[in-house]
Amino acid sequence: MKFFAELGKFFLMLKGMFSKPENWKMYWKEFMHQCSEIGIGSLPIVSIISFFIGAVSAVQTSYQLVSPLIPLETISQIVRDTVILEFSSTLICIVLAGVVGSKIAGELGNMRVSEQIDALEIMGVNSKAYLVLPKVLAAMLVIPMLVVISMVLGILGGRVASAMSGIVPPATFDKGLITEFLPYNVFFALVKAYTFAFLIASIPAYYGYHVQGGALEIGRSSTKAVVVTCIAILLMDYVLAALLL
Amino acid sequence: MIEIKDLRKGFDDKAVLKGVTVNMNPGMCNLIIGSSGSGKTVFMKCLVGLFQPDSGAILYGGRDFTRLSVEDKKEIRKEIGMLFQGSALFSSMTVEENIIFPLDMFTDWDRSKKLDRVNEVLARVNLNGANKKFPAELSGGMMKRVGIARAIVLNPKYLFVDEPNSGLDPQTSGLIDKLIKEITEEFGITTIINTHDMNSVMEIGDHIVYMYQGEKEWEGNSKDIIFSKNERLNNFIFASDFLKDAKDMRMLEETGNIPSSEDRNIEEMIRNAEEPLIPPSSE
Repeated sequence: MKFFAELGKFFLMLKGMFSKPENWKMYWKEFMHQCSEIGIGSLPIVSIISFFIGAVSAVQTSYQLVSPLIPLETISQIVRDTVILEFSSTLICIVLAGVVGSKIAGELGNMRVSEQIDALEIMGVNSKAYLVLPKVLAAMLVIPMLVVISMVLGILGGRVASAMSGIVPPATFDKGLITEFLPYNVFFALVKAYTFAFLIASIPAYYGYHVQGGALEIGRSSTKAVVVTCIAILLMDYVLAALLL
Repeated sequence: MIEIKDLRKGFDDKAVLKGVTVNMNPGMCNLIIGSSGSGKTVFMKCLVGLFQPDSGAILYGGRDFTRLSVEDKKEIRKEIGMLFQGSALFSSMTVEENIIFPLDMFTDWDRSKKLDRVNEVLARVNLNGANKKFPAELSGGMMKRVGIARAIVLNPKYLFVDEPNSGLDPQTSGLIDKLIKEITEEFGITTIINTHDMNSVMEIGDHIVYMYQGEKEWEGNSKDIIFSKNERLNNFIFASDFLKDAKDMRMLEETGNIPSSEDRNIEEMIRNAEEPLIPPSSE
């Protein structure tokens, strides 16, 4: 029952986000600020993780494909599809759930506890629309961008690692990348990225917005927000894979 | 004027406000006092719309706040300023950005006009030059003053103040009280203050509402409090011997006698008060 009560509160929060902005310019400013916070703020960690995941996946794939009957291009095909289908779209979003999710939950939780959200409401500002909606929209704009960057860097990491360790020559790796490439996989990865972006912003926003108590509760809600977001991402990952593949 | 009629509010099965009827007088400091758990915070949150009351009416200039649409409530909220207990300043913004925020949100003034207004209200709260400081760089008293500046920047008709003296030393508390009183009179604002502080009660209490267990127990002004026979009020206000003495001294000033303290040796008390607490050294 508690789950359904929380779910109901979550949807009420989403419904409350949609009202006419008091001042479009201020909302736009907040949206751009969130794009910068979520996008540029997460870019370094996304870049590092993507590059090394691609590199490690190339090395580990070659370690397992020991048969001389399997052409070397297969390694780059596997790296490409693994990075596009799962690493960049799901694993990076799980990382973002930690990085962005805890930040959103902590920020809103602190604003709730220190009465800053009440101050906005009393001024006549719809706090859900002003604080939550720009975060959700910004996440849905920049997280798919980060996922695309992650795909490029992951494949690049695989190519660099293959070349440096002499597993696959660069020309062979490149040939493998375009062999049997399915653009639908990129479309599928972007559908996942949009879905996960919504979860990454909205679930932590819900936990942060509804914090009651003090510093300890803010920490707890941030942790809970990240855990629930990760579970929701994995669940949706399976649902989307079952529906779209 | 704010008219509150039979206001009721409960949480789960517990009734917190049990039918409060009172008027908040315009152009003066209206104090809501009461012990912890008396319902005064819930009462104030109902008045500003943070809680929806179960029943009753809250009339701002005749408009029932409890029955208005969200958009109409926003219009009334533009007439409301509030100073929170912890000041509730936006921690990521400077003092100037905090104060300019309501102007950015609700006016189409040009930038220079907004900055002029920010400097005007900062000067009014004696914080000239603090524009670029962040809340973390300010003392408690300065944060309260920035909170007041932000609350009055849109020229509100109603100013709500929650525990203005909490966490402040007595001297700073006095300054904040004085500032609130001056602003109330200067701009003709209806100010509603939620407080525990007895100095505030005696210094700026133009109209005082004492709440007890979710009901209005007593109503009057700071002079009436001295002569009140309400036992609960007296137990709350004059809880310590020091405050009882202060009350007797005030009664002595007002009437020349002390009708409520026959059982205490007032002459001795006055004599003691005239003597220095620390005897001069015998050098």
